[in-house]
Amino acid sequence: MLPFKTAARRAEAQDNDPAPARPLAGITQLQQWFGRPATFRGAMAGIVLLLILGPFVFSQYITVIMTNALLYVVLCLGLNVVVGKAGLLDLGYAAFFAVGAYTTGILTLQFGWNFWASIPVALVAAAISGVIIGGPTLRLRSDYLAIVTLGFGEIVRFSARNLEITGAASGLSGIQQPRLFGWTIDSAVDFYYVFVVLAIGAVIASIRLSDSRIGRAWLYVRHDEDAAEAMGINRVAVKLAAYVTGAIYGAIGGIFFAVNLGAISPESFSFEQSVLILMAVILGGMGKIPGVILGAFIIVLGPELLRDLGELRLLVFAIGLLLIMLFRPSGIWPGRTQ
Amino acid sequence: MTTFDILAQQLVNGLVLGSFYALVALGYTMIFGVIKLLNFAHGDVYMIGGFVGFAVLSLVGGLVGTGWGGIALSMFVSMIAVGFLGVVIERIAYHPMLAAPRLSILITALAVSLVLQNSVLALTGGEFTAFRTNLGFGGIALGGVFITYNQMVLVGMAAILMLALETFVTRTQYGRAMRAVSIDKDMCRLMGIDVTKIIAVTFLIGSALAAAAGTMAGAYYGSIWYFMGFLIGLKAFTAAVIGGIGSIPGAMAGGLILGLLEAFGTQIPFIGSEWKDVFSFSILILVLVFKPTGLFGKSEVERM
Amino acid sequence: MSGAQKMLLNLSDVRLSFAGNTVLDHVSFGVAGGSIASLIGPNGAGKTSLFNCITGFYRPQSGSITLGGEELLRRKPHRVTQMGIARTFQNLRLFREMSVLENVMAGQHCRTRAGAISAVLRLPSQQREEREIRKASEECLDFVGILDEADRIATTLAYGHQRRVEIARALATQPKLLLLDEPAAGLNAGEKATLIDLIRRIRDERGVAVLLIEHDMGLVMKVSERISVLDHGAMISEGRPDEIRADPKVIEAYLGQDEAEELL
Repeated sequence: MLPFKTAARRAEAQDNDPAPARPLAGITQLQQWFGRPATFRGAMAGIVLLLILGPFVFSQYITVIMTNALLYVVLCLGLNVVVGKAGLLDLGYAAFFAVGAYTTGILTLQFGWNFWASIPVALVAAAISGVIIGGPTLRLRSDYLAIVTLGFGEIVRFSARNLEITGAASGLSGIQQPRLFGWTIDSAVDFYYVFVVLAIGAVIASIRLSDSRIGRAWLYVRHDEDAAEAMGINRVAVKLAAYVTGAIYGAIGGIFFAVNLGAISPESFSFEQSVLILMAVILGGMGKIPGVILGAFIIVLGPELLRDLGELRLLVFAIGLLLIMLFRPSGIWPGRTQ
Repeated sequence: MTTFDILAQQLVNGLVLGSFYALVALGYTMIFGVIKLLNFAHGDVYMIGGFVGFAVLSLVGGLVGTGWGGIALSMFVSMIAVGFLGVVIERIAYHPMLAAPRLSILITALAVSLVLQNSVLALTGGEFTAFRTNLGFGGIALGGVFITYNQMVLVGMAAILMLALETFVTRTQYGRAMRAVSIDKDMCRLMGIDVTKIIAVTFLIGSALAAAAGTMAGAYYGSIWYFMGFLIGLKAFTAAVIGGIGSIPGAMAGGLILGLLEAFGTQIPFIGSEWKDVFSFSILILVLVFKPTGLFGKSEVERM
Repeated sequence: MSGAQKMLLNLSDVRLSFAGNTVLDHVSFGVAGGSIASLIGPNGAGKTSLFNCITGFYRPQSGSITLGGEELLRRKPHRVTQMGIARTFQNLRLFREMSVLENVMAGQHCRTRAGAISAVLRLPSQQREEREIRKASEECLDFVGILDEADRIATTLAYGHQRRVEIARALATQPKLLLLDEPAAGLNAGEKATLIDLIRRIRDERGVAVLLIEHDMGLVMKVSERISVLDHGAMISEGRPDEIRADPKVIEAYLGQDEAEELL
């Protein structure tokens, strides 16, 4: 919560204009759900406290599932920038997840790099792949874009399966657990906390992006490309920014996914993975940060609760997705009130 | 075998593959024509076609045999059943969404695809189902090239279906109305054409063709599974785009071109069969990026 | 035309055709800096196409379009806006589900720089810029007289007010020239009077030149300093309102159209 507060104070200090701020999309929209800003801050602090205390209550099994849910929060918030904000249907989002995981895996295993040193490289690699995929394709119609991203996603997976450096079909294993100031992050609880930090960071970044010039530009381009262009907005640049932002979220998820499991294989980054992340974003409500977080939890915890259904689990999800699209296309989180 | 023989053999393989692609691509292109929707579920309709064909053949195989006669009969039944499934999908899922933003209807199509896939996954447990037939392995040798009777029958059936479609589209009232709807829906409404009905007919025919391909593919390759529509759906879409989406002759040509490209592509050193799908996807991406209107598609008004 | 060098916007010999149909036939015309000009003509004369050529949405086959001497042709729409031309649309094109203020803030996009990284880090420069965007946008809303509706969802406003949001949004891009595509369409008499006042204030108080396409001849005659007449893609007349009113070619072009009565 600290970065929030200091930023808000700094803003207050610099703003000599006493006129009350008008509510905009991002954080202020979130605050609307909780009434006054103080209530909002209280609620957020409460959630963070619960997350910190969690492992003292959870069994090992629940801790692992919660860690997975937090990973999905990061991934879903990233895809939310692409689909929910900028309105670009990306069916190959797992590719960015894979780029992050494999870059770290390869650098630490094959080249003996330190884990932390591999992070910037993985992020740059993800950003570059975002530009490679987005650059030539963002001018395409939305359905073509969806197919091209799907194709890229599959190319990444097939390549990972066929190349030697990625360990072919069996993937990479024995990825070293990272050390931080002499402390080795290795237990399930350790990783749970790592993902708590990542998820909170992702939420804060998403809120800040929503409430910024670039975040609004994504919405403008999604709602009406022509009008946005007439306002002087370079739609290709804005979409590319959404793509690269989403790619970086995906890569962060992938990097820590790789060291958490210690092993990665091409099948972790399949089309189904991309669809699952997309489902979470849509179930919760495209573009709405709390909705997307909820969606991520549903997608991870749902199958655990529906364990008895076996093969029917995914069918239940698929039918749920269809019903959402037909009856509540804006997702289960309530819409913006007037 | 000489290089010539290898190439000739790949030509035959490419034709067979291309026939499947073309039949599925036709549905993509027709549906795209009338409602401008990329029907993500179309590959899964093909898969359902395979399973329905299999179910029918299991029922009647004892009476009519599991040779090409029995398969043709199962295929016919599957075409009708799956054709109506296509109509139902359109009614339930797409019709209410026609006025919604494009992103919503695309996601709906994806959802339909997942429902179809996972229904079959739940029924089969995700296992391959053996599609038992008593098709022989006989054929004729032309020089160093061996063509099985199965391949000939298969390409022949695909050709008959495509000819029938071509006749339907150019010679009948419904076919002409379908082409009119794909050009200007509003004008068609003014002219008194029942657009809703034409859309339904388009789904019926497109889905039936996919079902035919699904049954034939099941019989030809000998097994079916819930995920079989995914790759072919993507590839048929590529074929439709190569031919120019919305163009019926384009889809036929695009299917054959892609089939041949793939067959010959696997013969190029360094590509090999394990890179075959990467090769197809690369073609898809290159076509979409550099020639999105395809070979036979009309170019849209230039907009910077 | 009194010398091209004095013109802010200059079109010369612009030709546009779609699939062999000529839409604009060697059109030449100009708008002087700080002036109010109108473009009129019967339905289908090519007025909106001309706007689309100026703003970069269409690409003419030949000719030249310059703003203050700089070539606009072959520039993308967002570049044209950055260079100083803003527009409104014939059919309202507000961003749905977004507030009036957020709509107007779109106009400030091309005058500001902060990207994703500075937004995530909340850099002081980004915070300062956000306040500036908001302030400039509120000023534009105040200028068109709907600041008190800033927080409402734009598409829930009364029609006349939605039109004003579009104008405020265009003004927020800080243009040198404002193109208004049928700004009076759907407005009642009172709202039209306010619009005339607003157009004059845009020129007088902000120094922005205005070019409008309009069918309401009363409004055009009252507000314009120069009028250009387009018919079948060709410029048939250009002059002061009283000259246009008296031009037999213009009357002939309008014959059989509703506006002819108003014109005469």
